[in-house]
Parts: sequence; C-alpha cells; structure tokens
Amino acid sequence: MSRESIVNVVLMLGMLAVPLWAYSADEPFIITLTTRAAILAIAGVGLNMALGQGGLVSLGHAMFFGLGGYSMGILASHAQTYTPLMTWPVVIEGTSSMPVIWLLALLMSGIAALITGALSLRTSGVYFIMITLAFGQMFYYFAVSWPAYGGDDGLSIYVRNQFPGLNTLDPIQFFAIVYGVLLLALTLAGIIARSPFGLALNAARQSPARVEAVGISPYRLRLAVYVLSGMVTGLAGALFADLNRFVSPSMFSWQTSGEIMVFVILGGVARLCGPVAGAAVFIALEHFLGGLSEYWHVYLGALLLVIVLFARGGLVGLVAGQRHAHD
Amino acid sequence: MSLLSLTNVATRYGASQALFDVSLTVNAGEVVALMGRNGMGKTTTIKTICKMLPVLSGTVHFAGQDLSNEPSHRVARLGMGLVPEGRRCFPNLSVHENLVAAARPGQWSINAVHQLFPKLEERAGQSASLLSGGEQQMLAIGRALMTNPRLLILDEATEGLAPLVRQEIWTAIAQLKRETGLAILVVDKSLKELSQVADRAVMLERGCTVWAGKTDQLDDDVITQYLGV
Repeated sequence: MSRESIVNVVLMLGMLAVPLWAYSADEPFIITLTTRAAILAIAGVGLNMALGQGGLVSLGHAMFFGLGGYSMGILASHAQTYTPLMTWPVVIEGTSSMPVIWLLALLMSGIAALITGALSLRTSGVYFIMITLAFGQMFYYFAVSWPAYGGDDGLSIYVRNQFPGLNTLDPIQFFAIVYGVLLLALTLAGIIARSPFGLALNAARQSPARVEAVGISPYRLRLAVYVLSGMVTGLAGALFADLNRFVSPSMFSWQTSGEIMVFVILGGVARLCGPVAGAAVFIALEHFLGGLSEYWHVYLGALLLVIVLFARGGLVGLVAGQRHAHD
Repeated sequence: MSLLSLTNVATRYGASQALFDVSLTVNAGEVVALMGRNGMGKTTTIKTICKMLPVLSGTVHFAGQDLSNEPSHRVARLGMGLVPEGRRCFPNLSVHENLVAAARPGQWSINAVHQLFPKLEERAGQSASLLSGGEQQMLAIGRALMTNPRLLILDEATEGLAPLVRQEIWTAIAQLKRETGLAILVVDKSLKELSQVADRAVMLERGCTVWAGKTDQLDDDVITQYLGV
C-alpha cells in the first residue's frame, strides 16, 4: 500500500469517525457540518476528474452544481404542492424520492456538460476558462430571472426527500447516504484514473499531438471526462439542496465554481482524496475561523497561497509526498 | 497496390513551403529508407503522412484510402504507428501505463512488446521520464506497436544513442521485418544499417524526391551527390 493510499484511508476513516463521535455525543450540528463537507467533497471529486486528469480548468462547474440543486428543488416543490410539473404532452408529477431526483440531476447536468463541453473544448487555456465561466453565469442569470421557481429569492423545500429504508430526517442517516455517494464517486474517479481512458487523458494533458499520433482524439477524451465530471458535480448539487432544503441562484454563481476549485487545489489537484481534504479543511476553517472573524476568507487566502507556492501537490501531496499524481 | 503512396506532395509550415514534390511508395512487408541531408524534408514528409501538417497539393493514400480530409488521430487508427523524432514518451506515466494508454486490439500485446524489448518489462513500473535514452526509444517503438499498426514509421530512431543501444534498436527493427512482415518507413543517418535492413530507399533534396530505388543500387555516386558522405 502506497503512502498516498494510507493517507486516503485515514482521511476517509476520519470523515466517518467525526459524525459517529458527534452522534454518540449528541452533537447533530457537527454531523450536519461533516455532511456538508462530504457533499462539497463530491463536487470537488467531480471537478478533479476534469481538472486533475484532463487539465481542464473549468470556472463553470457551478452550472452543474446548480442544475443538480434545481433538479431537486423543482421536483420536490411540485411534490410538496401536489401540482404536476407539466401536463402536456405528458403529465409529469413532482417527486420526493431521492433516487429519482438523483437520476434527473445526473441527466440534466450530463446533457448540459455535453452541450457546453462540445463548444468549450474547441478552445483551450484562458479561452476555455472564460467560456466555461460565461456558461455558468448564463445559468445564474437565468435562475435569477425565473420567478416560477423563486427567482432571486431561491426556492425553499419544507420536507426532506426520501431514501428507501432510511429516515433522511435523521442527520446520521442522511450522512450515511452522502458518505456512500462520496465513496462511489471516489471509486469511479479511481477506476477512471487507472483505466486506459484515464491514462490516455493524462497523456493528452501532457501532449495532445502525441496522443493523436497513437490514434486517440484528445477532444473526445476531454469531452467524455467533462461530461462525467459535470454529472458527479450535479449529483453533489442535488444532495446539497437536500441538505439545506433550499436552492438559490447562488448555486450557479462563479463564486461557487471558485470554491469548488479551492477544495481541489487545497487538497491536491489529481490526488484522489484531494477534494476530501480540501473540503474538510475549508469547512473547518469556515466554522472555527468564521466564529472569530467575518473576514475568515483572508486566512483561507493565505493558506491557499502557501499551498500553491510551497506544496504543489496540495495537503495530500504535502503528507503523501510527490509521487504519482493518480496513486 | 502500395500500402502507402505519396504523389507529388507539397506542404508548408505556416507561410513557409517546406515540401515541393515528394513521391514515394511503401508496399506491405517492405522496409523503405527515407534519406537525405539535414533540412531536406524527411521529418516534414513524415509529419505530412501522419497529417500533422496539411497536404498543400498532391495526394497521400494509405491502404487505398485518400488521407486528404482525415485528422491525424484517424490516420493513426487506420494503422499508421509513428515513433516520433526525440522519442517523446509520456513522462508522467510509467512504462506500463505508456503502453496501456496506446493499446488497441491486435497481435501486439504488452507481452509481445516485452519479448521484443525485455528491458521494458524490467522497468514496467518506472516513470518514463527516468528511463535512459535507449530505453525511451524502446518504449516509443513499443508504444507505436501497441497500436497494432500496418505501417511503422521510425523518425531518427537511433539518433543520439550509444553504439551498443543503437545496435539493439537495429536488431529489433530487423527482427520486426523478419518475424512480423510489418511495413516500415525509416528515417535515419546510419547508412550502413539502413542498407542492411531496408529493401528500398528514397532520397530527398530541398523538399523533392530526387532518387528512388533498391538499396543495393545505392552506389557511391548517389551517396556522395545526395548525402555528401
């Protein structure tokens, strides 16, 4: 077992131990805080697929996060008001079933990623960053001006959606669902990193021309990973909306894209559990430093600066050392 | 019918024309040497065949297919395996990963590549960036073979290598010709080894084909006139 694998196991066990301790100590707020970190880690794992493996610096991943959130918000709001989503040409009812909501979140973010990726990936470098940012902001302004679902004020959901066999209103059971999804997302990311697809993607990041010379289209590789990445981030958005029982246009904003990127850079770009470490530290700083000062982002900025300057492998790289990026 | 045929091909780098009139053929199972002094258009010809440069005029056919509108990755998928000048392995991947990333179904597998170059098996887990020049060249050839090509193109495969390593590479090329019947287009400066392994040679000068024939027809006059040795 490599050093990074050990770090990954410790991180995941740590994320499991905190809510278990909080459960025994009757601290439901800590469980919710850890759940929030786990959901943001899922979003980070999604972005890390595109950023770490494909070298795609996307500033538009909030688009998928928001689409996942609004998929949940729209379906659940119709379920709670007993009004159909649409009546023509077919009647579609709302639902409070988490698996159904997740499917829609995956589908919507996948379609959005396919369309925006097909256009964005024709550019590279700073143009790719700007075009993804522009797509994200398009969705943001659309959500702001969509009064049917709350517009600028967002949309509140008064019930927690249901998962078969579990009481999702119980914080520890909801955490178990999120933790399970995080494990699945990490497994998918790990499989991709080691597969011929992931290796070719990694190679295309280093030299697209050389990859073409062995008969692989870098564009298709990148589009495929961009879609997968968007879907995972979309799923995180649906869970985030469920946790807060609220969706708002801020889920689409460029600040959200930036925060997801901060989790990845803080934890370690292309490191499997980098986003887990990044999201956990972010939430911890937000909680502890946020209580001391409303300017806690200054400290976060300083930490990010130190990581970028002195620990290119992020927090995971700092502990595990600089070896294979996809260990 | 030839596996690869170039007819009066011209190309350019931006506004600067580099090839003017290149014609050559490679038949199945044949080894053809592409020769000429430095700067005469050998690597440019190879880049044009692989569609890394546009065909300005003339035609490039591979396995009966016109490559005019094919992007480079599709040309490679048709069965053209390139070992580029300067090796150019994927440095962030291990030796094994370099081979797996390029793999396509066919007779060439990791085991077959290891049999051809046993050193690659010894270095399987090592990062490609930590290999010696000769090992990187073996890896570049192995990676091209993993695409299961019908034509292998070797651009300066032994450049800058120690004599013993160069000999190892030439032995492998001869083995490929003998045991697999793979068509090979090879660019190199080692006249002696080229003469031994190649069936035919094509000579380039200032972006034009100026001589083509069997390697046993390469006499001193031709060599002096076009290679200056």
